[in-house]
Amino acid sequence: MLKTFPKGGVHPPENKITFNKQIKRMSLPKAVYVPISQHIGIPSEIVVEVKEKVEKGQVIAKSGGYVSSNIHSPVAGVVTKLDKIIDTSGYKKQCIVIRTDLKDESNLEEKEYLLKKEITSPPHEILQRITDYGIVGLGGATFPSHVKLNIKEGKKIDYLILNGVECEPYLTADHRLMLEKAEEIIVGIKILKYALNIDKAIIGIENNKTDAIDRLKRLTKEEKGIQVAALQVKYPQGSEKQLVKALIKREVPKNGLPLDVGVIVHNVGTIFAIYQAIQHNIPLTERVVTVTGKKLENPSNFWVKIGTPISDLINEVGGLPEGTRKILNGGPMMGKAIKNTDVPVTKGTSGIVIIHEEEASRGEPQNCIRCGECVSVCPMGLEPHLLMNLTEKGMYEKAAYEDILTCIECGSCSYVCPSNRPLLDYIRFGKSIVKKLETAKN
Amino acid sequence: MNNPKIIVSASPHVHSDRTSKKIMYDVVFALIPAFLISLYVFGIGAFVLTLVAVISCLLFEYLIQKYILKTNVTIGDGSALITGILLAFNLPSSLPLWMVVVGSFVAIGIAKLSFGGLGYNIFNPALIGRVFLLVSFPVQMTMWPTAFENNTTIVDAISGATPLGAIKEGLMFGETMTQISSKLPSNTDMLLGFTGGSLGEMSAIALILGGLFLIIRKVITWHIPVIMLATIGIMTGIFWIVDPEQYATPLLHLLSGGAILGAFFMATDLVTSPVTKKGMVVFAIGIGIITGVIRLFGSYPEGVSFAILIMNAFVPLINTYFKPRRFGAKIKSKIV
Repeated sequence: MLKTFPKGGVHPPENKITFNKQIKRMSLPKAVYVPISQHIGIPSEIVVEVKEKVEKGQVIAKSGGYVSSNIHSPVAGVVTKLDKIIDTSGYKKQCIVIRTDLKDESNLEEKEYLLKKEITSPPHEILQRITDYGIVGLGGATFPSHVKLNIKEGKKIDYLILNGVECEPYLTADHRLMLEKAEEIIVGIKILKYALNIDKAIIGIENNKTDAIDRLKRLTKEEKGIQVAALQVKYPQGSEKQLVKALIKREVPKNGLPLDVGVIVHNVGTIFAIYQAIQHNIPLTERVVTVTGKKLENPSNFWVKIGTPISDLINEVGGLPEGTRKILNGGPMMGKAIKNTDVPVTKGTSGIVIIHEEEASRGEPQNCIRCGECVSVCPMGLEPHLLMNLTEKGMYEKAAYEDILTCIECGSCSYVCPSNRPLLDYIRFGKSIVKKLETAKN
Repeated sequence: MNNPKIIVSASPHVHSDRTSKKIMYDVVFALIPAFLISLYVFGIGAFVLTLVAVISCLLFEYLIQKYILKTNVTIGDGSALITGILLAFNLPSSLPLWMVVVGSFVAIGIAKLSFGGLGYNIFNPALIGRVFLLVSFPVQMTMWPTAFENNTTIVDAISGATPLGAIKEGLMFGETMTQISSKLPSNTDMLLGFTGGSLGEMSAIALILGGLFLIIRKVITWHIPVIMLATIGIMTGIFWIVDPEQYATPLLHLLSGGAILGAFFMATDLVTSPVTKKGMVVFAIGIGIITGVIRLFGSYPEGVSFAILIMNAFVPLINTYFKPRRFGAKIKSKIV
């Protein structure tokens, strides 16, 4: 029996239609729209001016604080505007618009680089570069990586866990990356192990990616302290807490972080970005994005420059098909529905999923029949039906007592509810009120 | 680009294909084998009674929702259909049909809709209907037609005791179990359902078949039926071991009366049973113990309906007390 987390979880249809599509390079966009807030934390501060010429990889916005990150120009070109445009949140956010210098770029793209295995930089330099090069968690949460790696004196980390789970249906960006950049990922793991003095690393991958598992297993056969673990396919295994529990049976305490049980978790995409930063001096300016959907003409995986409008990606796969109902930034379980395809790809965009009307239709909510399905699928041991009820009745203190803030918003409850109740919608709302009440108290 | 057909809503954006309606119709489907056995044993009377119960349940739901509550009419969701079938299954096949209609009214109008309808009722509606009839019309509710006796026509009930009734009666007149046993149907007959009793509680095999179907379809879990039946078995078994002349065998207790129907179809009612597995275990043990107490010491020969209703009342308390363990609760961080 393959390992998995013990409590709750669901198994939605996987729909990994792009699993065998090699990552293609998107043609250069004419212009990029780079938001200054692409990470959890304080937005970065713009350090360029309109009409300024920028190099590819040049810092264009500096980290605004400890939990923040630098932003680099994904292209060579000219800053044409500092403007507020709608981003994936649906709100207008500050952006740096850069017109691409098409000639210059094309040369750069052709240059091939060699795999660099030897780690020459000392640990403090490695950590500094991760801070400087704008690396954030690429799994979707976009938490600045250097914060995760800043381990307080006296704390000992004994496990580095690599998240190659990719449990969201449809998405295959991490899968392809693990296949195509396996060697680089392994060097990336070694870099972090060396920089933080961690003995053991485990790459957790769900068993629907057997080719990636095989490839990484073969490559790490001779490596001491790097292990590849196949996991049972179950959503939301990509959640840090569930993954740590599945792989090494440690349970992250309530309100705690994996750090509290001696573990650091990084997405495989992040590890690749770290590899690029340390071995090739390349800051985080592009990422793999899966562009997919059942009715798309040519769904695939792409290397995409940060700031590329999503409409470019959709054009690349043959345009929006008739009957499209939803455009998702991210997977169908946790992704955000967007209205406007002019929004740019950010560091957190792992996929664009086009949902057809047949799949998008949701039944009318009906009375709760207290079947307890939501309770049994909740990976956090919560009672979603109760939390929804309490929120509906405005009983926020009781909701706080029932641990509403523990909810990781995986959506398993809403997914499974036979009465189509919008459980997560209410819980999200309840959480926001409870948070406000708690801040007011303190 | 701004396409008006594009929906923006919160995640998740996909849904499993399970619906309440499908769950309800799975239950209906699971009840078919027991229904067929009842037709075979009791004939057309069983069919007519079930039909009357179902139609009156649906009709009451429709009339009350449409004209009194003025809410959406939900007779299509399958829940009133199930209540009708289960109510019929809990009645003697010879019961006057007007009483069936009264029972349906109590089940739907009082036990279900007056609490707020599907999902809000505390007690199992069919059982409330049954118990109401039992208390109101004790004579007619305990006149059991014997198997195969009024097979072809709806005639006045020919009274024959159910196995549990026969035991209770025999013991009251000072007979020993050995004497009583000679009058009871064989275990095989009881397993197949060729005995007297309520319409749908007879055939253990047919009911277990339906129950297994529900478990496979994940409508119910094994917890409530298995633990409830085990508790009844263990409790009656202890007394049987101590004094086999005074107490019936645990097998007889399990095969007779409403034990199996109750375990798979009544106690597992989603609305009126606990939501967590831990809660289900407590709930099932409670039903088993109360059933045992009523059957062994009470004056009613049967106790499953009362036991389930009593435990139904505890479900809110059980749900409050037996919560799932929160992830990461009471875990101390390893490194400080």
